[in-house]
Amino acid sequence: MARRTLAVMATTTCSTSPDERTGAVRRSAVRSLLRLWPFVRPVRVRLFLAAGVAVVASCLSVVIPLVLKWLVDGPVSHGDTGGVWLGGGYLLLLGVAEALLFGLRRWLVSRPTAAVEAAMREALYRHMQRLPVAFHDRWATGQLLSRATTDLQLLRLFLVFPMTFLLVNGATIVVGGVLLLVQQWTLGLVLLAPVLPLMVVCSVFQAQYGQAARRAQDQVGDLTTVVEESVLGIRIVKGFGRHRTQARAFGELAGAVRGTELRKARLLAAIWGVNTLLPELALGAALVLGTVQVADGQLSAGTLVAFLSTALALRWPVDSIGFLLAMSSAAATAADRYFEVLDEPPVAEDGAAPGGRTADGEQPGGGLVFEGVEFRYPDAPPGSPPTLRGVDLHVRPGETMALVGATGSGKTTLTALVPRLYDPTAGRITLDGRDLATLTREEARTLVAVAFEEPTLFSTTVAENVLMGGADGPAAERAAALRRALRVAQAEEFVAALPQGTATGVGEQGMTLSGGQRQRLALARAVVGRPRCLILDDPLSALDVHTEARVEAALREVLASTTALVVAHRPSTVLLADRVALLSGGRIVAVGTHHQLLRENAQYAALMSGGPARATERHEGEDGR
Amino acid sequence: MTTTETGRPVDGPGGDGCGTDPSAAPPAADGRPVPPGGAPDAFEADLLPTPKGASRALLGSLLAPHRGRVWAAAVALLLQQAAAQASPLLVAYALDRAVPALRAGDRGPLLVLAVAAALSAAVAGGLQWVFVRLSARAGQDVLLDLRGRIFRHAQDLGLDFHERYTSGRLISRATTDVEALRELLEEGLQELVTVVLSTLYISALLLWLDLGLGVAALLSAVPLALLVRAFQRSSHRAYRAKSTAIAAVIVRFTETLGGIRPVQAFRREPANDAAFADLNARHRQFNGDAILAMARFVVGSRMTANVAIAALVLWGAYRVATGALALGVLAAATLYLRRLYDPIDRLGVFLNSYESAAASLEKIAGLLAQRPSVPEPALPRALPPAAPGRPGREVAFRGVRFGYRTGGEVLPRFDLTLAAGSTVAVVGATGAGKSTLARLLARFHDPSEGRVEVDGVDLRELSGAALRRAVVMVTQEAFLFSGTVADNIALGRPDADRAEVEGAARAIGAHDFIAALPDGYDTDVRKRGGRLSAGQRQLVGFARALLADPAVLLLDEATSSLDIPGERAVQRAMGAVLHGRTALVIAHRLSTVESADRVLVMADGRVVEDGAPAALAAGHGRYAALHRAWRESVG
Repeated sequence: MARRTLAVMATTTCSTSPDERTGAVRRSAVRSLLRLWPFVRPVRVRLFLAAGVAVVASCLSVVIPLVLKWLVDGPVSHGDTGGVWLGGGYLLLLGVAEALLFGLRRWLVSRPTAAVEAAMREALYRHMQRLPVAFHDRWATGQLLSRATTDLQLLRLFLVFPMTFLLVNGATIVVGGVLLLVQQWTLGLVLLAPVLPLMVVCSVFQAQYGQAARRAQDQVGDLTTVVEESVLGIRIVKGFGRHRTQARAFGELAGAVRGTELRKARLLAAIWGVNTLLPELALGAALVLGTVQVADGQLSAGTLVAFLSTALALRWPVDSIGFLLAMSSAAATAADRYFEVLDEPPVAEDGAAPGGRTADGEQPGGGLVFEGVEFRYPDAPPGSPPTLRGVDLHVRPGETMALVGATGSGKTTLTALVPRLYDPTAGRITLDGRDLATLTREEARTLVAVAFEEPTLFSTTVAENVLMGGADGPAAERAAALRRALRVAQAEEFVAALPQGTATGVGEQGMTLSGGQRQRLALARAVVGRPRCLILDDPLSALDVHTEARVEAALREVLASTTALVVAHRPSTVLLADRVALLSGGRIVAVGTHHQLLRENAQYAALMSGGPARATERHEGEDGR
Repeated sequence: MTTTETGRPVDGPGGDGCGTDPSAAPPAADGRPVPPGGAPDAFEADLLPTPKGASRALLGSLLAPHRGRVWAAAVALLLQQAAAQASPLLVAYALDRAVPALRAGDRGPLLVLAVAAALSAAVAGGLQWVFVRLSARAGQDVLLDLRGRIFRHAQDLGLDFHERYTSGRLISRATTDVEALRELLEEGLQELVTVVLSTLYISALLLWLDLGLGVAALLSAVPLALLVRAFQRSSHRAYRAKSTAIAAVIVRFTETLGGIRPVQAFRREPANDAAFADLNARHRQFNGDAILAMARFVVGSRMTANVAIAALVLWGAYRVATGALALGVLAAATLYLRRLYDPIDRLGVFLNSYESAAASLEKIAGLLAQRPSVPEPALPRALPPAAPGRPGREVAFRGVRFGYRTGGEVLPRFDLTLAAGSTVAVVGATGAGKSTLARLLARFHDPSEGRVEVDGVDLRELSGAALRRAVVMVTQEAFLFSGTVADNIALGRPDADRAEVEGAARAIGAHDFIAALPDGYDTDVRKRGGRLSAGQRQLVGFARALLADPAVLLLDEATSSLDIPGERAVQRAMGAVLHGRTALVIAHRLSTVESADRVLVMADGRVVEDGAPAALAAGHGRYAALHRAWRESVG
């Protein structure tokens, strides 16, 4: 069987997943395609039927010319009118049957293969949603998206054509070959002589084409990423007038795609050329040899004609092998790319060990407790210190703890551990006495709600964006929860001013709203489900002072009864909290009230006020104006 | 001569609804384009108005530069087909000439036969090679051109467009829709040439053999043409629907990926699964419809052809029996008849990829027909040379009014002048119009009335490049592109060298954290800058702006995610960097505002207070109230 190398040498400027460029994995194209079986299984009966129908239809297509010939040679030439009627009747019957079989085959495969494509896309989407955040950090959107579209398209096409016709054509060639040998074995041998070199050429071709196809598909993924970023970053592009630069970058990448596609075309041209040339040469040789044999009287002219007719009938099956192989090769590559993602282990649902580790070290009431928590990003370079190096922190039940630290000190990382977006590499986190690692992620996330630093909204209505924070129950209750959450976030007013109120769509990533508006909706989303534990990552950064003060007042009521961890950059936010924890060097270095730390901790004082030294500098700066 | 059936399965590859996902922008249901400036739903439904004939014009303009190559490919294919069809002639020659000659001891004709066979094999193979390469080259160049056009045009379109169109749809246009055209270019030409050629050839032969049979055969083209029309209509509909459906799938997919953290944190997976399943099922349905349309066409056309063959044979036989037709003619005509109808299925293949591509082209044309809301000037003016030693420029809003097209006035008519070199802070509640003011000055939008001028030149008269040398805006969302930190800073000025990039980072206080990253300035920021914290991203955004070195700098809440030391550092840097520059600073932190030369307080789209910060703070207005609140919060 043709084997191919999955050495991928994509040399694009764009970030793509490191995994897919890991170099030489030798895998058989057939094995890649066999992995489709679980998805094909449900429609296997129809697919096999369709293949059977295709064989019968091909046979009919062969029979019809024979009937025509019989009609001409027999009844027509003998003036047998009855025979002509009979032949015409056969012809009509066969023709109708042929048309119906063609239709039947297409009807058999059309819905099922569309269903296979859809099922695979859905499986990919499901799986992708459940892959750890660390996976998404590594993989560019475009690479995943191209797998869900172009690659699946290729796979569906493979099921419709190459799979069936490689079989049908292969069988035709074998049967035809046997027929040729039986008719006249010397001529048959001459005609079949190119088979061996053709097989060699085909396998070499497949290997190379597979590589080119892989690269092309990866490059399309990169292209997709650039398009996505060009839209999401459109404000930057416009703000700096860089659309020409972006267009150039895109152009280069599109040029690279073109280059790879041309390489594919060159390979295809070569194989197609060879596939035409060699059989034609063999045919010519057979013709010359046959002519000699006829001249010598070893062979009748009729046999030679019959022999050559059979040979000509084999022309299409042989010619087509080239592009059928190319399609299969591309499909195998698509399957590899698809299963690369599907094989990524989803976050393991390890939790829910009843009893388990919950008992030891349990405090009554609990709250949110970090014990010796360490974390390093999976893709951090070896040897670099972990982001978190032993965090010990106890947020008492109902208490609000502010988390303060310099830019880049790991505050956001620490908060991401509570809803288990990442798991600590050492140590443990307990919530109300239950080790988070023993809970399923589902459970953990039911208990915890987060307002992210980046207030990402989805392109749906305001109401849906907020309610996805977990308000369940009847519509009336949901509506009440929505109102309450919007009030807490001081978003009622601006939402009411939107064209359709809470039913207004917010556009991609909520981009039709201002930063402050997005942030308030994200806050509303976090509080709407009245979570046991609330994580707020710099929740008021984009608000103006006035709004900030009002949100604070409303938020205080919520925080009074909730265990909360609030990342804070400024005193106004810190004042929401009962106590403050200072994160530095991957550890909590101080815990206390705001005023206590301001007095006792120089680092904290510097973070909160810029420090005395800095203050002087600032004045100098001002004087300098 | 006997049959030369090529044996290609008429049901062969290619003729499935195999279009890649096109994305048709269906105009209104009645087939007429939606009126321009149509309802906002046009975006939601992926229905941008496409002028009549725009997709055809687009295809024409794409192919025009490659006319030569396309013709060369067509000629190569013609010759290739001729060579490939030579075998029957060679067999005839072998039997009629070579065999008798050989028996007579003359090897000449045999030699001729051998050479001719070798030649035809070489020509068939060689031209096949040439054709595939030529057509691929033309096709790929067209695709490159089209992709470039889509991307460049999208980049020229305004923010208002992108806010509604979404990246998913644009991705759909630039990938799956382009892919549909590629299919047409790669296979379409070949199919079309073959179809036209063999139809012409065989029709002529039939007419020559017998006028009656020939005309009768040609008459059967009428029902076939009707079938083709019907197929085109239904397949066009199906492909349009399908392309809209795949675009919706892509939009959903992109959005989930972009917001994976909130998706997981809020346990949206099951709800998303359900929503995605719906969209996916719609696509599956339309996908199946498109393929079935093709299946129906294949049945119909094949049926018509086979019935016509049977009828013609019977009619011929009847005429032979009555002596009106020579037997040999019927024999030959019968054998050719079948081949006459062979190309029908290939015609189906061609039509199929054509419809798929047409639906996609329609969507692309709809996108390309969108006019940028802030067009580049036809005759750009240059800014007057800057005053020596003073990098700033004067900014003036003259009789400016701004409202959205949908109605709703954001900024009522006002006049405002910012002195060259001054730093002006704008404060006010959300929705007061601060950002709109900045966006007008950055020319993200054009005012509904009046002019925004820099040193007396209307922004609308400046070329894009001149505008960005003059005005740069730093926003709160410091979006980072994939690539290194250095790449992202250099976006401010692509020709800057590493020292200048580092200089900008140092000036803003970002150098230390960048140097501490694993690969320093060459660290990949990962997807959307995920490796950096929000504050760090804002610092990179600032460094980018410093590097751009504009005369007028707009800061829209650009320090919101910085901690206090970071903000102080930025302020210090700005103190030096802004010196002499004109700056408009929108800030929520009054710490930033205090160092401004002038403060504008906005409410409901109007400037309600205007003065030096100290003077306003000492008064009894809104600013004074804000100032007191802030003082208290700092404690």
